[in-house]
Amino acid sequence: MKAIVCVKQVPDTSGKVAVKPDGTLDRASMATITNPDDLTAVEAALQLKDKTGCEVVVVSMGPFTAEGMLRELLAMGADRAVLVSGREFGGSDTFATSQILAAAVNKIGVDEGDVVFCGRQAIDGDTAQVGPQIAEKLHLPQVAYAAGIEQQEDGSLVVKRLLEDGYMLLKVKTPCLITCVKELTTPRYMSVGGIFECYSKPLEVFDYEALKDDPLIEVDTIGLKGSPTNVFKSFTPPQKGAGTMLENAGQLVGILNDKHLI
Amino acid sequence: MSDYNFTDTAAFHGVWVFCEQRDGVLQSISYQLLSEGRKLADDIGVELCGVVLGSNVNENYIKALGGYGADRVYYCDSPLLKDYTTDGYAKVLCDLVVEKKPEIVLIGATNLGRDLGPRCAARLHTGLTADATHLDIDTGKYVEFLKESSSLDLSKQKFDYEDRNLKMTRPAFGGHLMATIICPRFRPQMSTVRPGVMQTQAFDEAAAAKVVVENVAVDLKPEDIGVEILEIKKTAEKMVDLIGADVIVSVGRGISSDPKKGIALAEELAGVLGGVVGASRAVVDAGWISADHQVGQTGKTVHPRIYVALGISGAIQHTAGMQDSETIIAVNKNESAPIFGVATYGIVGDLFKVVPQLISEIKAVKAAR
Repeated sequence: MKAIVCVKQVPDTSGKVAVKPDGTLDRASMATITNPDDLTAVEAALQLKDKTGCEVVVVSMGPFTAEGMLRELLAMGADRAVLVSGREFGGSDTFATSQILAAAVNKIGVDEGDVVFCGRQAIDGDTAQVGPQIAEKLHLPQVAYAAGIEQQEDGSLVVKRLLEDGYMLLKVKTPCLITCVKELTTPRYMSVGGIFECYSKPLEVFDYEALKDDPLIEVDTIGLKGSPTNVFKSFTPPQKGAGTMLENAGQLVGILNDKHLI
Repeated sequence: MSDYNFTDTAAFHGVWVFCEQRDGVLQSISYQLLSEGRKLADDIGVELCGVVLGSNVNENYIKALGGYGADRVYYCDSPLLKDYTTDGYAKVLCDLVVEKKPEIVLIGATNLGRDLGPRCAARLHTGLTADATHLDIDTGKYVEFLKESSSLDLSKQKFDYEDRNLKMTRPAFGGHLMATIICPRFRPQMSTVRPGVMQTQAFDEAAAAKVVVENVAVDLKPEDIGVEILEIKKTAEKMVDLIGADVIVSVGRGISSDPKKGIALAEELAGVLGGVVGASRAVVDAGWISADHQVGQTGKTVHPRIYVALGISGAIQHTAGMQDSETIIAVNKNESAPIFGVATYGIVGDLFKVVPQLISEIKAVKAAR
């Protein structure tokens, strides 16, 4: 049995964000982190490993600089890492990304009893689409927004799936795909031993050559050319005429009172 | 070669809205999407259809969709569709799309819609835009929208006024930019839309009486569904009602030196103003307050009478969810914080000092009446 976790390295959008004059993001000047929901997914997989001794494989699509992130996940306790990287994959939207990641997961191999974990969504795109789309490509049942996972004796999982005003308890057979929210668990830190070991653990690169025999990988299903959606325009909002700046609380309350707002 | 059924874009007609029901009750996002879908359908002169999946849904609820703009409702009834499952709903919706070929499918960006949409788009081999906040087909209207909502110099841009593609705009890159997404080569064009963003039009009795309801034969077997629902539970604790609130006092990263006290101050200010407490994503992500308080692109979209932003810098991710509030008051230590760009009134200062003064001044004004 194994747990495969899909992980993305993202710009840290919670900090200072640099926008170039042409309205695109200046990624080079921003720090990168492991996407927070994906870190939760890694932890969920490691907890499954703690209980069952299963193998944990982390897989990420991105540039070679994502190796550092993958080494950190190996130091947390993952057993093996796969970096999916190639210029053919660049410019992929969620559809094309899921084609590529599903092909990579196929190459790792999804067997009876395995679980594929994803974070609910990445903080740079906020789409929450890639997880369910990978599940569709792999023909696996999916549970999104997982805030609790209990493995049953028969190998199936009981998953607490968050709704806006409560939750659903769902029983899902394995293999399946689960997308995780931060309510699920708190990710562990890298261990000292783990940091020592992480450079001796296997880190494989899947490039286009490695994946091209998968039927999911076609010239017109991956990369910019294979992406059904395109960015038509990107822009920043206009600088609105600044509002009235006030000196203190008293002045504000005076105005609100005069305008019958309070 | 993958099997492409959806590249012949001319074969697709009509605008569809997936009308989500829970417990047999149509969700308000359905009315918002039908109201928006009506405008899109009128722009290109096509039919607007609602699609309802459920079991024994009250006929009057289904007909009422006509009052919000639907010309036609496809109703898919099966005991297996009573409650949402990804497999059941995706199969029935995709089968219907393949049969009827709509050019646009809109789905509410609820926790269920954000599960259904990507699964269907992947199966249908088409694009999906997540959490759109603005939709246009008509290029003239889109250009008007850009004039109002972007800093682009439109005099340098060329537009194709014959273009019939759906232009789906959403905050991108963590909400620091806006992006307009198109799906020119595949159909249907799909988008999820955040609840609360689109306005519901007034109910039209005459239109409701004219709506055509079509019962669709559902081809679904228990073994098609890989997940079993054991229980559906509503949370006992009361969730904050941000969308219906008259006044919202929100806190941001500015409370980080003492989150407990910051939230207590916001609660007290909300109390004297008759409102509720909201929060930015940073505050929710830090675990200082529960997620139902979150305002913004990944939280709720609100337009209260008064919105108070305390220690919130004002990234698009947040302002996308509150900029249509009637009066916006911002308190922030940093005078160049972008929140002051959307605020009606701003005070540069430490919220831990300004808010207690605000509370006592408001109390004094009220006492003097």
